[in-house]
Parts: sequence; structure tokens; C-alpha cells
Amino acid sequence: MVGELLVQAHPRDQLLRADRLPHIWCPGCGLGAVMDCYVRAIQASSVPLDKHVVVSGIGCTGRIAGYLNLDSFHTTHGRAIPFATGLKLAKPELEVTVISGDGDLFAIGGNHFLHAARRNMDINVFCVNNFNYGMTGGQGGPTTPRGSFSTTTPLGNMDDPFDLPRLAASLGAVYAARWTSLHVRQIEKSMSEALAKRGFTFVEILAPCPVGYGKSNDIGDGIDEMRLYEEECVIDNDAPLESLDIDLTSHAPIILGTFVDIERRAYGTPLQGGK
Amino acid sequence: MMPETRPRVLTGAHFINGDIACAEGALAAGLGLFAGYPITPSTEVAERLAQRLPEVGGRYIQMEDELASMAAVLGASWGGVRAMTATSGPGFTLMMENLGLGVMTETPCVVVDVQRGSPSTGLPTLVGQSDVMQAKWGSHGDYEIVAYSPSSCQEMFDLTIKAFNTADRLRIPVILLADEVIGHMTERVVIPEASKIERVERKRPASAPGNGYHPYATDDDLVPPMAPVGEGYRFHITGLTHDERGYPVTDAVTHERLVRRINEKVLRQASSLCEYEEASLDDADIVVVAYGCVSRSVRRAIREARESGIRVGLFRPITIWPFPGERIKELSAQAKAFVVAELNLGQFGRELERFTSKPVVGVNRAGGELLPPEPVLAAIREAASW
Repeated sequence: MVGELLVQAHPRDQLLRADRLPHIWCPGCGLGAVMDCYVRAIQASSVPLDKHVVVSGIGCTGRIAGYLNLDSFHTTHGRAIPFATGLKLAKPELEVTVISGDGDLFAIGGNHFLHAARRNMDINVFCVNNFNYGMTGGQGGPTTPRGSFSTTTPLGNMDDPFDLPRLAASLGAVYAARWTSLHVRQIEKSMSEALAKRGFTFVEILAPCPVGYGKSNDIGDGIDEMRLYEEECVIDNDAPLESLDIDLTSHAPIILGTFVDIERRAYGTPLQGGK
Repeated sequence: MMPETRPRVLTGAHFINGDIACAEGALAAGLGLFAGYPITPSTEVAERLAQRLPEVGGRYIQMEDELASMAAVLGASWGGVRAMTATSGPGFTLMMENLGLGVMTETPCVVVDVQRGSPSTGLPTLVGQSDVMQAKWGSHGDYEIVAYSPSSCQEMFDLTIKAFNTADRLRIPVILLADEVIGHMTERVVIPEASKIERVERKRPASAPGNGYHPYATDDDLVPPMAPVGEGYRFHITGLTHDERGYPVTDAVTHERLVRRINEKVLRQASSLCEYEEASLDDADIVVVAYGCVSRSVRRAIREARESGIRVGLFRPITIWPFPGERIKELSAQAKAFVVAELNLGQFGRELERFTSKPVVGVNRAGGELLPPEPVLAAIREAASW
């Protein structure tokens, strides 16, 4: 059955590769909302669209690069940040943004995050954290909450997960924020702030993965996880960084906000007197 | 103290080691970015470029490991500059992941591997030649690679330039497969005037942005034009199997076509890529095959064998990959035996056997010191007695 055509095109089609749609993401996934926030942020950016480049690793979030009508790179698992580093150094006028998932950026790619933040490389890293490896079928990873279930933690996860904004802050990121895919206005604003800022910026976006994580942890469908976000999230920009742990299953508050927004000499700033 | 600022091309005669000659060759070739991780015996390449690249407006970055180094090199290449890294066996292994991405995305770049004694940490400060097969098959999948084997400091300079030109011409990663002896020995190196340095540019799209640029639509030579980033072409690059638009496609037909093409674009050029040196082969019925540092010590064995009346000559492959199989077939017609001398347990020799029905005698050491002439001479005498 073909429905009535209501509009000829979506207002942001020019920034999407419409010929590649529909996307591969499951119903209830948070990635579409996050991608739309990024598109809005670059439309509002003072940098010309042709100078925006997106680099991603492997996984569901890694597929964002391929749907954006920008120069875009879908690289190897975990290596988006060093690829972006080389690209930025070779052509500094580019606004280089890494969009990738929690497993890609913080398990296999964790070392690269650490060093790019330490260097204060002038790139943006937007991480969609869905608490598991979604594409490969819901395995546990570095952000899977302790005690929760996945296909590789069938007895409950024994690992403690990363607290990503705290990690980014400890490494010297000049900007660190956390939102959920429910908070589209805040995501867009944070992405805009990150794009405008010189240095290493980080935005974490919590997002439902109903097929990979929600189902096995009795969270339910995507809409149920969005309701959970609505009920449990607390915005507190001044929250202590060590209070940001996430537990989706115990009604503990999920702290959101912009936790870090500082100035620090970015990589490549000429040395003054050898320092 | 203001740092000394020297020109990009250090025209003149120099007395420098092979690693430094390689660094100067890269600079002369127009190197824009070096990303690497220090590892013996390649470290002098990085050290030299850390000093020299800023002098000429290039970028040096020391990455956290070789995974990152190779990724940064690929990113920089897409950023429009000539990019390179330098490493040795253990680091070369880590680079295999993104070497494969470079092959699949057709990203030109140069990887210098100054080989040492292996496997594993092996002999960090001593010579080996045991990365011959890793250079060809180290990353997963079917692909063709170009690898050059320098046997002097001058060739470290010359072949580094050639590596960049081959990389840009074919849109592939090219390997300079050096070894510790050549990297660390010091010799006279003559650097020509800048205007005499050959430079092959990447093929650019014929059309302006906005006219449906397809990043993997190829010309007759099977090499697709490469658009610069940030100029409005708005292309997508992925390590997934992709179609001419660069879009991921999951089917056997597209995969077959893509993998065949990226192999064929190299193989089609094999005859022009395969460079070698021959000495005393005109009347030879014994062909000694050696490359890199070993090709230097076998010359003495050949000279002494000649003095005792044995008709023996040298075949020195400069291009290790693609393998010079056609030339081996030709030499096979005149040879009664091949003697293959190398600092590994027979990597090149086994490949050579595919191209001849004549006996192939391996003179092999696992590494740790330069292969002396004596065992090669003994092998020549043995073959001559058949």
C-alpha cells in the first residue's frame, strides 16, 4: 500500500544521502534522532558545510557517516579518532567530527580517545552510548552497567562500566556533556557548542537499543526506555563527576548536563619559548 | 637559539645512514605528514622527520601506537598530503589492520619497514629479512601490494621517492621493505636538485563538485580519480565492500568486481613495477638471488666463484612485490640452479620455486647478522658440481 505523498522532501534532505535510505537501524533505536541533531548543528554552524567532515568507526553508530551528505569516512573498528587526527593535521581548515559508538570508541578504540584528549586535538567526538554492541547482537561492552544482561554476560555483567564524561574530563577534554536521545534540543545545543569550540570536545548521548539491550534487561521497547529517561534523568551541570554512573534498572537518577567547558591550549598551538 | 632552517630538498652529497636517507627521500618527494611510533631500527626516520618536517611546513606527530599511526597516515592522505610512517616487525604487524583499510579504500601512502630479527620482539637491534611474506599477506584478504627492497643508502633515498610516486599513481599503500643493516649503515648519498626529483600526481576528478562524482568509478587503468576532501565533492569512503558511489553493498557480485579490480590494477602494471639489477648473468648457469643487505655480501661469493671458473651471476630484485616471476621464468631457461640467499628461512625462495622447475638452493639464516659470503660460495660450488 502506498500512502499519500504529503511533502516532496524533508527539509534536511540536502544533508542526507536520501538515496541510501531507509537506514539499517531497528525500530526504537536512538540513532536517527542523534543524526538529525548533528545535521541541525552543522546547519547552524558558522563553518561552511563543505568543510564539515564526519569520521566513524564500526558499529550501528558508525553507519551515521554513510547517511550524511558530507565528505564522510567509515574507517576500521576503533580507529576513527586517529584517522580523524591525521585528516585534521593535513587540512586544518576542516571541522572534523568523530561519531561512533561506545564499544568502538572506548573498548577497541579506548587508547586513541585517551591520547587525542591528552593532546587536546581539535576534533569533536560524539559518542552514542547504547550500553552494548548492538550490531553484532547485544554483547556486553565497556559501558554495560554492572549486573545487567547481554548475550556475553548471561549471568549478569561482572565488569564495572566507564563513566564517560568523567573519563573525558580527567584526560583534559575542553568540553564534556551527556544527554539522552530524548533530549534533542540539548543534544543539538551541545553539538553546536562543541563544533564552535577549539580543542577536544566530547558529547555522550545515551540511546535505546531495544533489540540488543532493552529486551534482555526488561526495559522494553525504545519508547519504554525513552519514558525511563524522562522519569529518571536529572540535569545537573555541576554534579560531581564521580556521581555520573548509570544504572538503568534500579531507578537511580541518570545525571545529564554539560559538565566541562574550559579553555586549554589546543594541539598545534605554536610553542612560546619552548613551552 | 633559533633552529636551523634547511630547504626541503638537501641537494648535494651527504654521508648519512639509510634511515636518514629515507627521511630525506620522503621530504624530497613532498612528504606532508609523518605519523609514527618509535621502534628500533627505524627510529632515526622518525627522529629526522621530527626535526625536518617542521622546517619545511610539514607535520610530524608521534602517535600512541602503530594502529593509530597507520590510521593517521590514511586520514592525512585523504586530507590531500603525502603521508608516511616508519616501523619494524612488531609495529608492522599492528599496521596490518589499517594497511587493509588503505588497500580497500585505495588510499595512497608509504609504509617503511626496517626489518629486524623476528618473530615477536626478536632481535630489536639486529638485522632480519623475515617480513617478506608479511608485506604481501599480512592483512586479511586478497590484495596486491608493491614493496621495494633497498640495498644501499642511496636506494633508501631513491626508492622512498619512487614509493610515493607508485602509491599516488596506483592509489595503494606502498612498502619500503628495508632492513637494519641498510637502515643503520652510513654511505654517500647524492641528493639531486629539487627540479630533478620526479613527481607523479594523484589523478583528480575531471569534473567540478556537484556533478555526480563517484569515488570508485574508474578509468581504463582501473585507478579511480581521487577527490580532495573539503571542496564540495561530498563523497563517502568505507572499508566495507562498496560500489562505484562508495556506498556499502552486501552482495557477492559487487564484492567480486571490487576485489578483482583492486588486484588487477596492480597486476596490470607488474612488468613496469618490477625493477631489478642483474650482474654477470650473460653466461651464467647458476643464478644467485639476493635482495637488501644480503645482496651486498653475496657479491663477494659470486666474485670468488667466478675466479674459480664457475659461471655464476646475481639477480637482485629491487621490487619484491609484485614478485618478478616473469623474469625468473626467463632466467630459468639458462640456469641449471638458483641459489637464494636471505635472512629468513626461505620466504622469497619458496615463492621463486613457483616460477622454475630448476633446483632452488636456499642459503638461509634467521637473522641477527649479515649473511657472510662463505655459505653462499659453498652453495654455488655445490650447485656447480651437479
